[in-house]
Amino acid sequence: MRVAGGRREWGRRLVLAVPYIWLVVFFLTPLLIVAKISFSEMRLGIPPYEPLIDWAQSGVAMVRASFNNYALLFEDDLYVQAYIQSLTIAGISTLLCLLIGYPMALGIARAPERSRGPLLLLVIVPFWTSFLIRVYSWMSILRDEGVLNHALMGLGLIDEPLVILNTDWAVYVGIVYSYLPFMVLPLYATLEKLDPSLLEAAADLGARPIRAFLAVTLPLSLPGIVAGSLLVFVPAVGEYVIPNLLGGGDTQMLGKALWDVFAQTRDWPSASALAVAMLVALVIPIALFQRLQTRLEEEERR
Amino acid sequence: MRRSSALTTALLFGYAFLYAPIALLMVYSFNASREVSVWGGFSTKWYGELLQNQAYLDAGWLSLKIAATSATGALILGTLAALVLVRYGRFRGRLLFNGLITAPLVMPEIILGLAMLLLFVALQDLIGWPDGRGFTTIAIAHTTVGMAYATVVIRSRLAQMDESLEEAAMDLGARPIKVFFLITIPVIAPSLAAAWLLAFTLSLDDVVVAQFVSGPGSTTLPIEVFSSVRLGVSPQVNALGTIIVVAVAVIIGVAWRLSTRKR
Repeated sequence: MRVAGGRREWGRRLVLAVPYIWLVVFFLTPLLIVAKISFSEMRLGIPPYEPLIDWAQSGVAMVRASFNNYALLFEDDLYVQAYIQSLTIAGISTLLCLLIGYPMALGIARAPERSRGPLLLLVIVPFWTSFLIRVYSWMSILRDEGVLNHALMGLGLIDEPLVILNTDWAVYVGIVYSYLPFMVLPLYATLEKLDPSLLEAAADLGARPIRAFLAVTLPLSLPGIVAGSLLVFVPAVGEYVIPNLLGGGDTQMLGKALWDVFAQTRDWPSASALAVAMLVALVIPIALFQRLQTRLEEEERR
Repeated sequence: MRRSSALTTALLFGYAFLYAPIALLMVYSFNASREVSVWGGFSTKWYGELLQNQAYLDAGWLSLKIAATSATGALILGTLAALVLVRYGRFRGRLLFNGLITAPLVMPEIILGLAMLLLFVALQDLIGWPDGRGFTTIAIAHTTVGMAYATVVIRSRLAQMDESLEEAAMDLGARPIKVFFLITIPVIAPSLAAAWLLAFTLSLDDVVVAQFVSGPGSTTLPIEVFSSVRLGVSPQVNALGTIIVVAVAVIIGVAWRLSTRKR
């Protein structure tokens, strides 16, 4: 019997070890390397950075950490601006997603039970089709001689085409469009669980629908609001494709700046420092998301 | 009554917003004119040109191979991770494990891509593997992202699963591995299929991470599309988009029929 028990214990450990090792090697280690290289000096060659630890002749390790890359980020207006603009664009887009997504989620949650599934599916389907091609589609809609301008001029609402493509406006449209499903899904999950008798009780006590919404529905859906907002905000800060295709020359976002430094200047240490700076801005939202996630799962298990 | 009609309007507006660009893309893929916003008559010539475009075909085939490989890896790793999270209770290192498995869900792709590239360069420097960048490196990066998503999907199904069936089999003397293959897998099979498809789609759609970890001669379809679209509107991409939308719609439709028929 002890042999079987031993084998079982061994199997249990293997089930844990395989994904654990994978994550440590292919996720944690890469992030640590980014942190390390962000303190290295750039050099010409492959790889284009100086080793952080130099084994001097005496066998003593010399640590050559440098904060130059970070100093550069603060000195260069371009990066400071990219930092501020990334956070602003992501913040405003998140708010817009919430404004459009909340009524949608509420509408689905209040729909007859039979039609909730299909309605929800309709929100998810675009997410399964190519993100890149959906963003591209907006290029032909928002262009000066694009579909939107044609329609507006045809209706006589405007005389001259609106310049939308290659401005921040187009970036907002692209982000809100691409991340809307991520807002709707967690919102729906909390709204659907909401006990309707609470609203009935509020109505019985004389609360008008709007009051009942503000006093009951809104506070109880707060976990969904937080989860949805984080799922939009965090990836939007690092967004690369959307500002590239829809944004203009003055749309500077961190993701784009990072790629330019990495690919054009081949300055890997500065690119790493940018990545670390981005992570610093996102650490609090990411940690918040994880805590929320854990709490929801614990509730689910009960 | 007024309130619910406001919600209906919001829903209609939301769905119109989500689907208008897709519908326009499909309509204009049959436009004879190169000018995307001017209608020049019905034509399927962009489909013809797309099917003749060797660069797209090669990239598409490579993307499908990478997506299938990484989705399978993500499925296996994600199933193991979900088992650990749902069935293991407390163990040392659980907090770190939980953090590592959920972090890729919210980590900006641009950071993931850079980090992966730096790892592969360091590894090659250290042990000579991987030799250059291409299929292997993209597949590894996509597996890591995919497994995080797969874990979420499988974990929620596993948490809802009635464990009495498994316990009964154990009481009858079946070994854990046999119980897993004969009982657990069939019960959670729909979530496994969903997880695989999700990882497959994510891989097929990724530009940013792939751009970092791909090498010369390993251009994936999204990289190819991205570089041509950056230069301006291209009617062939409309045709490609339409094919993707139709394929996704068919797969989802079939999956939906299957899942509703069972009940």
